[in-house]
Amino acid sequence: MRNVNALMVGVGGQGVVLASDIMAEVGMNSGYDVKKSDSLGMSQRGGSVVSHVRWGQKVFSPMVKQGEVDFLLGFEQLEAARWAPYLKPGGVAIVADVVIVPVSVIGSSVPYPNQNEVKNTISRYSDKIYFIPANRIGLEVGNPRALNMVMLGCLSVFLGLEAEAWTNNICQHLNANFVRSSLEAFSRGAAEARAMTLSKAQSLS
Amino acid sequence: MPKTIRLLSGNEALALGAYHAGVKVAAAYPGTPSTEILEALATFDDVYVEWSTNEKVALEVALGAAYSGVRALASMKHVGLNVASDPFFAASTTGIVGGLVVISCDDPGEHSSQGEQDNRHYAKFAKVPMLEPTDSQEAFELMQWAFNISEEFDTPVLLRSTTRISHCKTVVNATGERSGLRQASFKRSPSKFVMVPTYARLRRQAMEERIVKLRSYVENFPLNEMLLADRKLGVISSGVAYQYAREVFKDASHLKLVTTYPVPAELIRRFAREVERVIVVEELDPFLEEEVRCLGIPVTGKDFIPIIGELNPETVESGAIKAGILKTATISPEKAPQQLPPRPPLLCPGCPHSATEFALRRLGFYSPTTPGELPAERKIPGQAKKGGLIVTGDIGCYTLGVYAPLLALDTTACMGASIGQALGLEKAGVPNKVVAIIGDSTFLHSGITSLVDVVYNQGKTTVIILDNGTTAMTGHQGHPGMGISAKGTKTEAVKLEELARGIGVRDVNVVNAFDFEAIESTIRRCVETDEPSVIVVRGACPLHVRASGTPFKVDAEKCDSCFACLRLGCPAISIAEDKARIEVSLCIGSACTICAQVCPQKAIGEVAR
Repeated sequence: MRNVNALMVGVGGQGVVLASDIMAEVGMNSGYDVKKSDSLGMSQRGGSVVSHVRWGQKVFSPMVKQGEVDFLLGFEQLEAARWAPYLKPGGVAIVADVVIVPVSVIGSSVPYPNQNEVKNTISRYSDKIYFIPANRIGLEVGNPRALNMVMLGCLSVFLGLEAEAWTNNICQHLNANFVRSSLEAFSRGAAEARAMTLSKAQSLS
Repeated sequence: MPKTIRLLSGNEALALGAYHAGVKVAAAYPGTPSTEILEALATFDDVYVEWSTNEKVALEVALGAAYSGVRALASMKHVGLNVASDPFFAASTTGIVGGLVVISCDDPGEHSSQGEQDNRHYAKFAKVPMLEPTDSQEAFELMQWAFNISEEFDTPVLLRSTTRISHCKTVVNATGERSGLRQASFKRSPSKFVMVPTYARLRRQAMEERIVKLRSYVENFPLNEMLLADRKLGVISSGVAYQYAREVFKDASHLKLVTTYPVPAELIRRFAREVERVIVVEELDPFLEEEVRCLGIPVTGKDFIPIIGELNPETVESGAIKAGILKTATISPEKAPQQLPPRPPLLCPGCPHSATEFALRRLGFYSPTTPGELPAERKIPGQAKKGGLIVTGDIGCYTLGVYAPLLALDTTACMGASIGQALGLEKAGVPNKVVAIIGDSTFLHSGITSLVDVVYNQGKTTVIILDNGTTAMTGHQGHPGMGISAKGTKTEAVKLEELARGIGVRDVNVVNAFDFEAIESTIRRCVETDEPSVIVVRGACPLHVRASGTPFKVDAEKCDSCFACLRLGCPAISIAEDKARIEVSLCIGSACTICAQVCPQKAIGEVAR
């Protein structure tokens, strides 16, 4: 049984907590001991959100140690860069191409980093970085708020469980009106990750 | 077969545990990280739950219920127990009949609090036994134990959690059924329940005898756990710190303490004899460390584990490395992260507090707010400008108005403090006008008595009550002004303006939270009078009522880049190509309109003309 340490980061309102709940329950239902911890602060009001999810035979700390994250899921680019130091060497960063500019950059000398700068920051910790066209997928499946399902779809490719383990849990958590578009977003995310890992493997060979 | 394996937060597990233990009455005032306990209990049919006006009332309600023989609990955040400390001590003195559990959720690191404090001291202070879970499974199980101990030893029990226990989700195997239910019946016993000095002295005796019995009881408490491995190092820990200790000191011997007051002295001595060196890993104060040291055992802890803030595996590990306990770091040394813009919390788009705070900023400025001034410019600290307002603040979303660009507040201390502070500043003789701002829920929590004080002592204070119709900061819980109970049923609503008039305030005003001109002119008028005044600024929290309207746009032709709108601090407004820009997906437009009202060029509206 492998240990999995994931960190999901984003902005209040993006569905980070629901995604981490689903990942934790999928782990539990697959026989893992799991723990998850959200740092919300006052995130309802647009602050950073961080969720730690850990799977293992026996999990102690509900928070992943810095430098030990296997999967960093960035729901927003700036937040992905901010939490990059948690990645372990060789850890996988899955980053949505979503930009939510914080008000703090207005009139400030610290600008919002562009995608290249985000990539450079993350690459100091790991070179396995996948940018996901999450906005486009959200629009195509007709549910822009399904970003979290796109991200879970990407993640699922790396974790080796049957897709049903995920989709069953997603169905339990979502309002019937959103199930179809959410499952579509999930499978589009998975397809995206499969294509990217394949092309990465080809470029390496 | 019912599904017993579940992923539960500590708070959900505490609620489920209390339900299984037969709790009949539960009362609380919302406060992070404790709020979800009562919310979860409210989902059960056969428990009476209430949002009380404050924590003191919550504990008194629970205490009264416990006197009748049923099981009761009160839950609150750490600073809530400060408010409830009077009945907490009283409950310790009288004891109970039915089990009484007080849940205190501390917030190390102040994720969402105005202060950091270690409420374990309350257990020792009030001579009350304390239990601390290390995960959700234990939180679930401990509730049954807590009620049993309460009844066996005739005492309230303090169940202490922290943010990481309350909010982390871990696997819970919730077996068993609801039991422990009793019929309420009050048996008169003045020497137990009426604390006149003669009777209180008798109870005082009972309290000391109780602690002696508890000391021997906890020696065999089954959830305290000794794990002997490598004998070179023995780690004593409790709560979530136990999880970090197991994570970091993988090979060491461990003593997990669940009964943290009183501590099992013999068990600790036995553990100390088994290992070469004893350390304590605990969050906040050296509470256990001092208990261990009092037993004559050489022990360290706070010389390498931080006393301030929340622990995590990194802080425990780096402390241990510095102290020479661990040889190597398992993590690579931290690389300096690139400087990135912060993402501080803000008032939401369409927040009914924005216009009032913006008006206070304009009236209370230390530095002028001339057009063209950048919003990031700080209020200049120092002497309040003569004629400018001093704004005493309170606890709630509106406290965020202290940050740029609103910069509206001058004080925030604790729940309800704004009104007393305003009167104090006024009576001290500051040359400025003083305005107190307080939310509806906070006013009902502990602002009313202060307003009575203002009336009685002939203050001139202006009190602004920001009435957004909910307890917003903690996630929209009910309060007495709403007319909706914790179970969601309709109840009598307390009307703030009638309450203020009833107290004796003659100058009571109600203004629309989205009418900037009315808010500003009412404040201007009220601060000039020689009597107390109340301004109820009423407007619903957009998140609570799910408000939506046609989003507004900026007419780039008309916008002269003065950026007055940016000073509202609305997350929907930013700068693009040197003009103000409104993010359509965030703006609730016609349901708010404040930016359009403050724009000198009238460049903002539903359709850019």
